[in-house]
Amino acid sequence: MNEVVKVGMADLKVIAEYGILTTLGLGSCVGIALYDKTTKIAGLAHIMLPSSKLIKNNQNKAKFADTAVELLLEIMTDMKASKRHITAKIAGGAQMFSFKEKASELLNIGERNVLATIETLNQHNIPIIAQDTGGSYGRTIELYAENGILIVKTIGHGIKTL
Amino acid sequence: MHFSFNELNSLHLDVLKEIGTIGAGNAATSLSKLLNKRIDMNVPEIKIAEFKEIENILGSADTIVTGVYLEFSGKIKGNALFLLDTVSAKNLVSLLLGTERYDESKEKPCTDFTELEVSAIEEIGNILISSYLNAISSFTGLSVKPTVPYFACDMLGAILSVPLIQYGQTSDKALFIETEFVNGSDRVKSHFIVIPDIESYTIILESLGVI
Repeated sequence: MNEVVKVGMADLKVIAEYGILTTLGLGSCVGIALYDKTTKIAGLAHIMLPSSKLIKNNQNKAKFADTAVELLLEIMTDMKASKRHITAKIAGGAQMFSFKEKASELLNIGERNVLATIETLNQHNIPIIAQDTGGSYGRTIELYAENGILIVKTIGHGIKTL
Repeated sequence: MHFSFNELNSLHLDVLKEIGTIGAGNAATSLSKLLNKRIDMNVPEIKIAEFKEIENILGSADTIVTGVYLEFSGKIKGNALFLLDTVSAKNLVSLLLGTERYDESKEKPCTDFTELEVSAIEEIGNILISSYLNAISSFTGLSVKPTVPYFACDMLGAILSVPLIQYGQTSDKALFIETEFVNGSDRVKSHFIVIPDIESYTIILESLGVI
């Protein structure tokens, strides 16, 4: 049996060899799935905001793209994952409400989360091998530790295997 | 004063809860007028909860819900979300439009909402949130101006992420209100999540003279 480990909003988890990491109902948030196939170590973060900089309340590292990637890499390499083998798959960053007028800068937050995630992964030289982002719908994702496959489920927009 | 939920004492909490109750009562009255039917309201449950808990209180993050979202500005700023499970949404619409009741044993997929139903829900959400905000406004004497409402039908977590992200910049907790509107055997379970800016909490509490 594959054990399912839930990753909440502004949360991250790492597992090895067996099991599934899942995060339910990603909206404008981004799910960052890191995987080292040589050690089968898998990490998943559910970030809410692009950057921990310029924000006072930044103790929760899993909330921000920049600090979440750092922390995931730290935990994974502590568990003997090798950084040069780690690859990334990302999903989420939707715009849930189709705003007709521009109400606030918040509206592009999904897109900004995706850009910040890509930038952070680039800085750490982690290749992004698959991506399912944008749109106006939520996503539930599952990362399989056994093989690094990322399943993306939606309401009315099908299921994808990344 | 820099506001933090940790510094709230029981008086502050009571005041915030009282505002929530009055707001929900106002919303029930508006709904009753709109539908021209007697609407009873259960005593609303008002909580200050962490983001992680909110998902669980409302169901699971992948539960399908309909949501109406709007932002408000003025002396008090923030955003508000009115959430209904899909069956409640359908019941509410049939009460409003006088259409046939929905078979509750069937799951109601998002794609089933017609354009008319979407506008009806948007408008109901708008009226309920506005009457809620009016209550806060007249209670505190502070002006509050809502923007136009937006509808979405999707996973709970995905919809919740919109206000929570905005709020996530300043805090890990939010104030939310659960109410159940009842008309005979029709139950419409709804949740209001009203999220003032962190500065607005101070403004609200100051206007009431409790800090």
